[in-house]
Amino acid sequence: MTNLLLFPVLIPFLTAMILLFFPKRITAQRAVTVTGMIASVIASTVLVSVVLRDGVQAVTLGSWPAPFGITMVSDPLSAGLVLTSNLITLAIVFYSFRSIGKGREKNLYYSAMMFMLTGVNGAFTTGDIFNMFVFFEVLLMASYVLIVLGGEKRQLRESIKYILVNIVSSAFFVTTVAMLYSVTGTLNMADISAKVSEIGQSGILTVIAVMLILVFGLKGAIFPLYFWLPSSYAAPPVPVLALFGALLTKVGVYAIMRTVTLLFPHDPGFTHELLMILAVLTVIAGCIGALAYYDLKQIVIYNIIIAVGVILFGVAQMNMAGLEGAVFYLIHDMLIKAGLFMLIGVIIAITGTSNLREMGGLMKTYPGLAWTWLIAAFGLAGIPPLSGFFGKLLIVQGAFEADNLWGGIIILASSLLVLLSVIRIFIHAFWGEPKPVKGTTAGVYRGLLIPAVIVTALTVMYGVGTEWLRPLMWDAAEILHQPSIYIDAVLKE
Amino acid sequence: MKNSDVIIQTTTKVVFFIIFLFAIHIFFAGHYTPGGGFVGGLLTASALVLLLLAFDIRTVKKALPFNYTVIIGIGLILALGTASASILFDVPFFTHAYDYFKLPLFGETSLHSAMLFDLGVYLVVVGATMNIILSIGSDD
Repeated sequence: MTNLLLFPVLIPFLTAMILLFFPKRITAQRAVTVTGMIASVIASTVLVSVVLRDGVQAVTLGSWPAPFGITMVSDPLSAGLVLTSNLITLAIVFYSFRSIGKGREKNLYYSAMMFMLTGVNGAFTTGDIFNMFVFFEVLLMASYVLIVLGGEKRQLRESIKYILVNIVSSAFFVTTVAMLYSVTGTLNMADISAKVSEIGQSGILTVIAVMLILVFGLKGAIFPLYFWLPSSYAAPPVPVLALFGALLTKVGVYAIMRTVTLLFPHDPGFTHELLMILAVLTVIAGCIGALAYYDLKQIVIYNIIIAVGVILFGVAQMNMAGLEGAVFYLIHDMLIKAGLFMLIGVIIAITGTSNLREMGGLMKTYPGLAWTWLIAAFGLAGIPPLSGFFGKLLIVQGAFEADNLWGGIIILASSLLVLLSVIRIFIHAFWGEPKPVKGTTAGVYRGLLIPAVIVTALTVMYGVGTEWLRPLMWDAAEILHQPSIYIDAVLKE
Repeated sequence: MKNSDVIIQTTTKVVFFIIFLFAIHIFFAGHYTPGGGFVGGLLTASALVLLLLAFDIRTVKKALPFNYTVIIGIGLILALGTASASILFDVPFFTHAYDYFKLPLFGETSLHSAMLFDLGVYLVVVGATMNIILSIGSDD
């Protein structure tokens, strides 16, 4: 199958199109979405196994020769990310049934979700920098719909900010791609990488590299460009928040990973040093935010920012341990963030508020929720054998190997603060005297809790099955470490 | 708002078809020369907007009872379907096919599957533009 690696992009796309024809029939919408998502999950599982067995898959669209047509590339990193995104979206689709409300379901909510997944999977799969811009636009357009859908006052206010920030960063993105094209004469990422190592990374190319880091940093929320994120993400309802928190920033992080490992790995003294400093500052700023708020949503949103910092810190080490840790932590973080957001959605549905001070004592009435939250919280902080442990271990090991002692220590210390921030939620919401709550029906509670438990169980399996997943991560990190594997797969066919 | 400007209404009835035919011309010209589905779609949408300006939304809806969201859907499926045909032949996605045919009246003609893709683009552009304009303009 030449086109196998395109299936996870095409299936959600087709599903979104079909959903456009009958927006008002909710049952049909749900059925089509679930069918499409299951097909997409199966396709991406097959893709991962093929990539593991046969190495990097590449297809250049329209039968053009490689550097001229648009190339789509699936290496272990992108295939793994695509599979994770599909799994998370499937869980969030089930979660939405009981929480998003009929009004949104009748107004193309699922369609927008599928279009967004198309963009996310496409951005993970593409091997062409301009095509990556196009897929970024696809996912942004769909996310504009999702953030504004429902039209609450807060959503409208935040969507203006969100759209403005993203339009500015997209404009920068195009400008940077144009500059890159004028210097290297190509848009194919493998070809750019080959050309840059041929002509040497001159000053202008380093400028372009920094501009790309800033563009993707604005989307991926690194310090100091995350300013728009906390309030914008808190505006839409929880399923949308879970989708954004799990997928959108990670696309930016993935793009930074590709930029500094594949395109511009030749001047680590400048670009990687800069990335590392920004990453550490991101972690610190995120920690401050996560501890400062008494709002459930804000606490977990600031944890996104911390994770972005941790992953990029691992990437900036540019050794095998650091990169493997970054890949491990990236996928862990997508899963655990989806799980955490879904769980706070359950808490908010029960208590009717997201303010920690107004809740308490849920342990007695909702023990299942409490224990799931505790497991997810330990997983986030990286208590072995749960999923966050191994990635962070490798990242810190990479930092020590690269003599970045202080950075490694800060990352380690941040784990404690992360644990504190989520355990605070546990203490305030689940311990203490029960406070009067709005309550919810057993059906809604089950409908929300089951998908959240499934995602949490996935993270536990991800942590316990580390040894089993190691080959995939190792291959992914090796390709990041040695771009020649990627270049050969694309250009020598 | 009831609009009853005789001059613009009479002109529109003629000009609409001129613009529409020109749009089709541009659409087919796009195969080898500047033009194509995107521009053709925009021109068609502008013809429809002219109708909206001359008459009111209700009249235009009665004359052209399309659901523009569905048109976007049809366009997208047409475009994706054309590109996906390559999957059946196991060649890279988006690979197109073309051949020369002897057609009555046209004689030797080159038929290209990219035209179907472009038709999809055309429908998406018309659908999206009309959706935007109708949702902005339909407050009354």
